[in-house]
Amino acid sequence: MPRISSMVIVNIVNILGSIAAIIVALLAGAVLISIAGQQPVEAYRALLDGSINGKRAIAETLVYSCPLILGGLSFAVALRAGMFNIGIEGQLMIGGLAAGLVGALHLGLPLYIHLPLALLAAMAAGGIWGAIPGAMKAFSGAHEVISTIMLNYLAYRLTAYVVQKTGKWLPVQPSLQATKKVVPEARLPRILDGTRLHAGIIVAIIAAFVLWYLLFRTTFGYKVRTVGLSRGAAAYGGINWGLTITLAMLASGILAGLAGAGETLGLQGRQYTAPQGYGFTAIAVGLVGRNNPIGIIFAGILFGALNSGAPSMQADAGVSKEITQVLQGFVILAVAGFAVLNNSSLARKVLTSGQSRRRDRAAAIGTEPDVEVRAGPPAL
Amino acid sequence: MGDFFTIELLKATLRMTAPLLFAALGGLLSERSGIMNIALEGLMLIGAFFAVAGTSWTGNPWLGLLIGVLAAAAGAAIHAVWCITFRADQIVAGMAINLVAAGITAFLVQRIWHKAGGSDSVQKLPNITSGMSILVPLAFLLVPVVWYFLFRTRPGLRILAGGEHPQAAESVGINVSRYRYLCVILSGVMAGLGGAYLSIGDLSYFTLDMTSGRGFIALAAMILGGWTPLGAMLATLLFGASQAVQLQAQAIGNFPISPDLLVAFPYLLTLVALAGFVRHVTPPAGLGKHATSG
Repeated sequence: MPRISSMVIVNIVNILGSIAAIIVALLAGAVLISIAGQQPVEAYRALLDGSINGKRAIAETLVYSCPLILGGLSFAVALRAGMFNIGIEGQLMIGGLAAGLVGALHLGLPLYIHLPLALLAAMAAGGIWGAIPGAMKAFSGAHEVISTIMLNYLAYRLTAYVVQKTGKWLPVQPSLQATKKVVPEARLPRILDGTRLHAGIIVAIIAAFVLWYLLFRTTFGYKVRTVGLSRGAAAYGGINWGLTITLAMLASGILAGLAGAGETLGLQGRQYTAPQGYGFTAIAVGLVGRNNPIGIIFAGILFGALNSGAPSMQADAGVSKEITQVLQGFVILAVAGFAVLNNSSLARKVLTSGQSRRRDRAAAIGTEPDVEVRAGPPAL
Repeated sequence: MGDFFTIELLKATLRMTAPLLFAALGGLLSERSGIMNIALEGLMLIGAFFAVAGTSWTGNPWLGLLIGVLAAAAGAAIHAVWCITFRADQIVAGMAINLVAAGITAFLVQRIWHKAGGSDSVQKLPNITSGMSILVPLAFLLVPVVWYFLFRTRPGLRILAGGEHPQAAESVGINVSRYRYLCVILSGVMAGLGGAYLSIGDLSYFTLDMTSGRGFIALAAMILGGWTPLGAMLATLLFGASQAVQLQAQAIGNFPISPDLLVAFPYLLTLVALAGFVRHVTPPAGLGKHATSG
């Protein structure tokens, strides 16, 4: 079978799998709502209404999508390298903090200098916060899940500490538990009158295309994907595993930092100390988007809609908005559970047409095996 | 400083340590059997919620405790089905359970008590001395129990074998999957105890997200403690002490060190330990690996 057509099949199977996962999650959610004695159909109708009916609703959906798309991209680039970044929340906060601090300084600079400066600060801070667990894994094998969790808490604490630093040059406002207000020259401009929609969504979509190019059209992307599919094969091909995972985590942190900057410079106008939880929803976005940057744009909008429609669901159908969090969890469970189908004999026959399929983590949760992996030495 | 390090501080340390220790011992059982359990956080939350709900339904906090523990064990069983039978990614499944737990408890609080922040007050479990729940000594008693079970009994050693090298264990006839199910469900029981301690042991009500990361901290403490019960106890005591000192520092005021930095210290220490600077921390070799048979 020619290679291109098997990739198309893989993509179609992935898209169908994501849609099926969403349907299963919605059905499970409906069962739960019914058990609680409420009307699921009414709830979902209100949810849909609140997320796409009218200019304001659509704008709000996109506002929520912005950190979720960037967070999903962050999750995806790390997972492509086989790294499980659950530190997006912390990288997002540190990025937002850096953006908030730089953005709140009265530098007298024009928008086209101050705004990029604040974005760069966020990317640098998030990038460092992301690269640390990558480097730790490279040097001592420290599991990234634990190190990123620790770095999440350190990010919360550092933010709480910094915004309390009164009487210093830092532009912080301890009474609000936040940084000072970002100056207009550093704000991401609003792009739709009468709504909160800001230019962050443009940043997110550009980032998705840049990441797609990086992953699928550059040597770096090839190395990242190879390392993620098989460390042994990567070593056989002369790819530096430690460097590659560190750089992938750097990229992941940069994207998470941008997500934080979007919230601080675009939506809130300052960085607060309370974590928002976007870093965890980002995992769902990445998984449903199948770690494909273009898929993640759609997944991000979908989860954005879930968030923006939730208040209507609560107001109109009386179903409390936390049910959307349950739905997110159900979607992840469904995607993860479907991996068993992916590994089943039928799917394997269709997908790989006789090639042996690698069953490591990246493959098991739905990334397509589009890197030709030759038989190499066993994993190191 | 003389009146800072008092018997009250020691008691606060034990109170803050107990929930972490329950969960850390649960995480230890699961990880030693070869299953990563990131879901501890959510399982604790489920335990905390259903302990209050159960107490509210039955009017008896002991029955509430039982219901909370059973609910957390049921949540853990879902994790086990996904990780062992479906061979799903263990971290993905764990994070999903955390999301579901946070959402479902918030949803049910709204349904049952018709308010957003938390439950009504219920009767709590008895204290052994003033301000210290009867569950606190239980947490510490479980340390030697878990140690003895894992390192001195036949099932315990089989669990360890399945966690270190599942294929080898299978080849000598150990049903690795069955022991893994047992351990993951037991870890749910432990996490449920830790959660119930928070809601009906230390306090007498449930608030949203009341575990506030304790499941994750327990996981870190277990690793800092080198995957041993005694190590986990010492590490959770460290985290507990830092939280107690922070509370005391906030209560007294003008403490020389920022409370945020105090609380950050154990996290930093865990990070440094993970980086290999303190001493070697080696996970079970078979962690995350599937057994050969379903």
